Amino acid sequence: MGDLMARFFRFVVDFLQAGFSGGVLYWCWMLFLAFFIMLWGYGEYVQIANGMIVTNLNDQVSWGFYLANFVFMVGVAAAAVTVVFPAYVYKHKELHRIVVLGEMIAIAAVVMCLLFVVAHMGRPDRLWHILPVIGIFNWPHAMLTWDVIVLTGYLLLNIVGGFYYLYKKYAGAEVNKAFYLPIVYIAIVWALSIHTVTAFLINTMPARPMWFHSVMPIKFITTAFAAGPSLIIIVFLLVRRFTPMKIADEAFHLLSQIVVWCLGIALFLTMSEIVTELYPATEHSLGLQYLMFGHNGLNSLVPFFWGALSLMVVSFVLLLIPKLRKNLTLLPFICAAAFIGIWVEKGMGLMLPGVIPTPIGEFAEYTPSHIELMVVGGVWAIGFFILTFMLKGAVAVLLGEVRFQPRGGTQPIQAEHGKATI
Amino acid sequence: MPNQEKSKQKDSKLTTRRDFLRGAGNYTVASLSGAAMLLSDPKPAKANVTWAEHFQKNYRLMTEEEKREAIERLETRYSEEYGKKVTVDDTASIEGVLFGYALNIQKCIGCRRCVKACMAENNQSRGSEQQIEWIRVLRMEKGNFSVEDRDQHGYPESFGVQVGGNAYKPAGVVLEGQHYYEPEQVPEKDAFYFPMQCMQCEKPPCVKVCPVRTTYRDPDGIVVIDYNWCIGCRMCIGACPYWARRFNWGEPNLPKEEMNPVTHYLGNRPRMKGVVEKCTFCVQRTRKGRWTACVEVCPVGARKFGNLLDPSSEIRKVLAKKKVFRLRADLNTYPKFFYFMD
Repeated sequence: MGDLMARFFRFVVDFLQAGFSGGVLYWCWMLFLAFFIMLWGYGEYVQIANGMIVTNLNDQVSWGFYLANFVFMVGVAAAAVTVVFPAYVYKHKELHRIVVLGEMIAIAAVVMCLLFVVAHMGRPDRLWHILPVIGIFNWPHAMLTWDVIVLTGYLLLNIVGGFYYLYKKYAGAEVNKAFYLPIVYIAIVWALSIHTVTAFLINTMPARPMWFHSVMPIKFITTAFAAGPSLIIIVFLLVRRFTPMKIADEAFHLLSQIVVWCLGIALFLTMSEIVTELYPATEHSLGLQYLMFGHNGLNSLVPFFWGALSLMVVSFVLLLIPKLRKNLTLLPFICAAAFIGIWVEKGMGLMLPGVIPTPIGEFAEYTPSHIELMVVGGVWAIGFFILTFMLKGAVAVLLGEVRFQPRGGTQPIQAEHGKATI
Repeated sequence: MPNQEKSKQKDSKLTTRRDFLRGAGNYTVASLSGAAMLLSDPKPAKANVTWAEHFQKNYRLMTEEEKREAIERLETRYSEEYGKKVTVDDTASIEGVLFGYALNIQKCIGCRRCVKACMAENNQSRGSEQQIEWIRVLRMEKGNFSVEDRDQHGYPESFGVQVGGNAYKPAGVVLEGQHYYEPEQVPEKDAFYFPMQCMQCEKPPCVKVCPVRTTYRDPDGIVVIDYNWCIGCRMCIGACPYWARRFNWGEPNLPKEEMNPVTHYLGNRPRMKGVVEKCTFCVQRTRKGRWTACVEVCPVGARKFGNLLDPSSEIRKVLAKKKVFRLRADLNTYPKFFYFMD
């Protein structure tokens, strides 16, 4: 038992070392992120000291930039399943080799989600009130409590699943399938649940007619499974570019196919929503009208909506063409376009017209304040910081650069092919 | 709670009177001996009190003993902060009482005295930076729905689709009415008025979505909030179809001289930043058999309030004899706030 503990401790130390080692480019990147993380710290400090008055949120628009990013990142977290599912259910060999990298992305994304929620809360010091047992958990009534369950559960599943796999690799042992596979299959279903519940969180409020429709959960999942794999493709291409980790082209082809079909369904659902709302054009469609066309000169969202829609349509059309989809030089740019398009459409493009106009019909425009920009930028930086660190460590373990040595020095083996400069 | 211990020790060195108050646990003496004595203390025990507040339970789960302690803590803190003797009441709802409210939109003249009286009574934040009002009076334009109105303006949207009678209004105002009107005098010839506040729903969507059960409906029908338990997630603000809930974006600004010292734990006691608040039918008054501040101040008697379970009450007569409706009845929230016409 003590032996096991010692081995696990060595794993943690070696993983940390591997994660925080790299060349000049690596440290420049981490320092770049650290700068934004400092801004996040400053922004959070100002917000906690003065209250949310430092944001541009107000009585009319009380949900904004923080929740918009939260909703989007939940989708990205869920999208790890696009790697896990083919790997384990369809036994896709290429994806199976890198499945743990997908889990690392999910962990970073959920951490970001939690930080966005904390930023959104008026009293983060009372976070413990929402914890079961020590606080009060209004479950099953409040949808937010469901979200707490599914998000923390998903985080735990990915941490346990991902790091158990890595630890076994590190120790040079086989994974215990009776333990590991159930986690994997539960995590697959769980991934769908996090985004479904997040959709239910906002679409169960008749007071906000723009959100009050049953297409939302499926639209959330399709946009997530377009934006998520887009990010995963970019990250995997970077991994392949900067580490000796081999990722077959085949893996990218499968992921880009998932992107294109989910993007297509998402666009179809967007069209259904627009037709259903705008054909009768009742007062309930005023949010959507405001988003698409503005309202008597209040049209700050209009360019974002059409911009995002264009990005989505263009990337969909480009991805439909097999030649372009399989071009791995072009693919990351198309994926970036899809990712940004969905971020705008599903973030601010969903959050703001839901609360504008207010239930009594008042239109008030909202742009995030500097503090909000700092905090959101900082949370993204934290996400990428964690992701970079975990990918470095995970790749080192997968390649066998870092592995447990029963006897001898405490240093991890430096592999022969030490091309890992970043 | 090592920090709490620490701050206690630090404080106790400073004054012996404080020692006596805390050591003996004799808070009754503290609150009775009055604000003057506490005021004379140059170092208020604010930090200390706030620490204890941080770890208190949800109000509904507190034992009588814990409630008493929490209230004494608050009374001490408020008395120090506002320089007067502040009482925090905890009167529970009375059996056989279900509060109801009825508003005569035919009589309302839009003077907004109710808005001001509500603020004076309920200790909302005020000032240019953050003003919280629990009542909004919508100014509804007469002729808003007339055909002439539309004909004169033609079709406003470039794609030639008639989108409704409100497209001609300046940007930023509400659909059928707006609450920013500033006339020379009221009532205005071409307008009528429509006040809104918390509807004290029987099936309140805000209560359902609250993840920590800090807001709940008491048996007398009042939807209340434990401000010390609210986490500020604003789910309730999203769920309320009547735009009745307000958030303390910053530290509330409540001048000492304007502070109303007669408060209720679930009602008008001063709030802190980052929590939600709303109309409570003046719980501190109505549970003691008084009118709400808005009913009391209304110069035209447009506002009626009473016990819905008492067949002889005025509110019951209004419901039986007048033309009554409820706002957004389609949402099945069953408001206890009714509108009527003569």
